[in-house]
Amino acid sequence: MTTINLPTILRQHTGGAKKITASGRTVGEVFAAIGSEYPKLGEQLTSPDGGLPIFVNVFLDDEDIRYLDGLDTVVDENADITILPAVAGGR
Amino acid sequence: MAMTYQEMIALAKAEIREIDPATLERRIGDGTAIVDCREADEFEQGAIRGARLIPRGLLESNIAMQIPDRSTPIAIYCAAGARSALAAKVLQDMGYTDVVSMAGGFGRWKSEGRDWAEPVTLTKEQKIRYSRHTLLPEVGEAGQAKLLDAKVLLIGAGGLGSPAALYLAAAGVGVLGIVDFDVVDSSNLQRQILHNVDRIGMPKVESARETLIALNPDVKIRMHNTRLSAGNILEIMSGYDVVVDGGDNFPTRYLINDASLHLEIPVVHGAIFRFEGQASVFHPYEGPCYRCLFPQPPPPELAPSCAEAGVLGVLPGIVGSIEAMEAIKLILGIGEPLVGKLLTYDALEQEFRQLKLRRNPECPACGDREQPPAIVEYDDLCMPAGTVARTT
Repeated sequence: MTTINLPTILRQHTGGAKKITASGRTVGEVFAAIGSEYPKLGEQLTSPDGGLPIFVNVFLDDEDIRYLDGLDTVVDENADITILPAVAGGR
Repeated sequence: MAMTYQEMIALAKAEIREIDPATLERRIGDGTAIVDCREADEFEQGAIRGARLIPRGLLESNIAMQIPDRSTPIAIYCAAGARSALAAKVLQDMGYTDVVSMAGGFGRWKSEGRDWAEPVTLTKEQKIRYSRHTLLPEVGEAGQAKLLDAKVLLIGAGGLGSPAALYLAAAGVGVLGIVDFDVVDSSNLQRQILHNVDRIGMPKVESARETLIALNPDVKIRMHNTRLSAGNILEIMSGYDVVVDGGDNFPTRYLINDASLHLEIPVVHGAIFRFEGQASVFHPYEGPCYRCLFPQPPPPELAPSCAEAGVLGVLPGIVGSIEAMEAIKLILGIGEPLVGKLLTYDALEQEFRQLKLRRNPECPACGDREQPPAIVEYDDLCMPAGTVARTT
């Protein structure tokens, strides 16, 4: 099982949970598993063309999966995934 | 057996190594710590560039703090080579293994026409005010002088801008520019600690100025009571050493990024949402830029503002203070600034994490240094408008 750290803005889709777990050999498989359990969250983690999500960045441990193998990045058992949204607030 | 001063010098010189000024000059910049063991008033009238002052009388008590590693090569000098011979002997006795004294001292160095400079010195008042800084070997009087000479532009005198401005002013940053078009409102005061109830209705830049000059009259405040736009951003930002971004919307953040790529000024980034914060340093062409990280902004439902979603008042205090720290590190050239790293903070979990950020070689904003992005007014979609040839 892989732990996924969710930002505040996406916790509305998990009943407030900050961390969820899901299984999968790759990031894409983990996201598919998330999508079947939390469809609204799954929508935010996919793009219409089946590629990487557009509005959030995905980190496997501390590495951006855009610079690994994208959704095909293999997920180690002990790795965790962090979803990072852009945040504008400052005032 | 009683000894004369001359006998003591001769005894010390017999037990230490001496080098001539030409040899010391060749060692500048090779990792040798050059220590000037004269008195402060002698040092202030001229010293070898890069030398640090540790007066002979403070040598034993201060050396371990200034140079903790006893294998560090040390070259020590005084005015004529006598005090430094005694000093070198003391350092050897204290376990420093690679110490030399410069024969002839600064007098001979100068008479041989070698390079020297008048160190920037602090006034008596400044020496007291900044003493907790100058005690730090990483800062010292030279570092404090750099801060006094630095110019930092703060975008926003709000949640992030308040603590950043207060700490940068307290630190003695010479010029603080502040951009904000808003006026103080009572709903700001839960977090925007630059302002107070007497200032409600006053432009934030003016309120900020009053607070900051009361804290530190050394600091010059430049007020920009205006909204940043494509038309004014280059003029406002140019001339600053560091920009601290405490803005609250995506169009401004992308605009600041574009302008920073034109002017090649590092931007200290901070952003907050409810209990979460982010901080990074976008150093043009040395690390990723804001658009490398976020090629486009999220739709409004994914990024509500603090006004819509709330924010715990202490959160910008923490993130804005981190921004001030990063700005000071950039000015002093110390430590590892958050270039290519995003620090995330979760206040409820009290958890800090660092994520690695990479420069996107295909980035439409920073992909080509000779073609920075065109400066355009952004709508909520913040789409890049293409690039222009570098003019600055």
